[in-house]
Amino acid sequence: MAERYIVGEESRPCLPRHVKLRHDKTRDAWILLAPERVLVPDETAIEIVRSCDGVKTIAVIVDDLAERYAADREVIGTDVKAMLQDLADKGFLINGAD
Amino acid sequence: MDDIVQLENVAEAQARMLPPIAILAELTHRCPLQCPYCSNPLELERANAELPTADWIRAMNEAVDIGVLQIHFSGGEPTARKDLEELVRHAAGIGLYTNLITSGVLLDEDKLQRLFDAGLDHVQLSIQDADAANADRIGNIKDGHRRKLSVARAIRKVGLPLTMNAVVHRQNLHNLAGLIDLAVELEAARLEVAHVQYYGWALKNRASLMPTLEQLQDATATVEAARERLKGVLTIDYVVPDYYARRPKKCMDGWGRRFFNISPAGKVLPCHAAESITGLQFESIRDYSLAWIWENSPALNLYRGTDWMPPLCKTCDQREIDLGGCRCQAFALTGNAAETDPACQKSPVHDIIFDIAVTDSATGAPDYIYRRLGGA
Repeated sequence: MAERYIVGEESRPCLPRHVKLRHDKTRDAWILLAPERVLVPDETAIEIVRSCDGVKTIAVIVDDLAERYAADREVIGTDVKAMLQDLADKGFLINGAD
Repeated sequence: MDDIVQLENVAEAQARMLPPIAILAELTHRCPLQCPYCSNPLELERANAELPTADWIRAMNEAVDIGVLQIHFSGGEPTARKDLEELVRHAAGIGLYTNLITSGVLLDEDKLQRLFDAGLDHVQLSIQDADAANADRIGNIKDGHRRKLSVARAIRKVGLPLTMNAVVHRQNLHNLAGLIDLAVELEAARLEVAHVQYYGWALKNRASLMPTLEQLQDATATVEAARERLKGVLTIDYVVPDYYARRPKKCMDGWGRRFFNISPAGKVLPCHAAESITGLQFESIRDYSLAWIWENSPALNLYRGTDWMPPLCKTCDQREIDLGGCRCQAFALTGNAAETDPACQKSPVHDIIFDIAVTDSATGAPDYIYRRLGGA
């Protein structure tokens, strides 16, 4: 049986083959294509999803965002993990090491 | 956070015409199974009426140009087409997200590997029941269930994500928990538990298929409990039956709004059941470009938006939420596709369909009228 992927500070998430981030010229928007779903991430979400390369840890991704936006690391960390956990629970995010 | 929303929910300017998101490509009506709730029309197309490969390729190119993002290869049984691999390769090459909706019985690991290599993104596999004998009786096929299980394992083995589709009704709902366990065992990431929708073949078999109210309530509770227990392991999509509903479903996200269907012969339909509405003429991609049809087809324009609505719907504060429900159902139950969907509790015939459901669900188990050429 598959196990729930829990997104934590040391996770190295990435998109699986069947989830695709693309720019759609008709709508002039970035979209995530997934099984029977088309999702539209906002600018921040796109940036976070793009940084999920399966190599960088969540800790590194959050550090980088906190520095660039001069924002509270804990707040950013909570938001990033919540967003990515939601994607993982839909089956749209996997651990890069897998 | 709501940083990521579904495209259907993105508010757009009040454009009358939106770019379509997805196509259901019904490549063929040929199928080794004969499920009594098949969504194909009663008048099935023969193989010699099917679009050739070149027409499908042109349709896909035109679809991308008008904004389509996903293609669902369906049928009948799409793997009965010899050119499926070529169509998948072309679709993937022009950037369409590709989904195969299949009964699985004509597939094996080698064919799946070739589809994977051609760029297939996802497979949706139908399972008729968790109980093999009953599953094969529903599909009227010998040894179908065992083959499906072996194909499900091959789907995962070649690295494709799996959605298991379970159409549920009075004669398999007692095994719903088993269907959920099976989805987990087969490593499906998603399970669709879809109560039968009563058009076409299913309408003919309504007395055999209609669940009791008690079965429906049990099923809803079972799904809710499983969603909680299997969070992050299995996503369950649940389609409730209209006859017991209070509010109509936002059918197809609105007529001619986000999706369309291309029939085996090339007709462009707002949904797979739309040909059940007699008197509508649907254009074919053999005669017109897809862009022209999407914008100008009188049949697609007929029930777009809210202008067509009867007064009951037009003055209702839910009209933008459900866009009037389902036209095929209004036609099937009232004889007029422009009527209020009887699934709505405001419909004058709403109580009648509830009574039909109660009566049908208490009729024992009449034999199925199987879906086959000339079988209706």
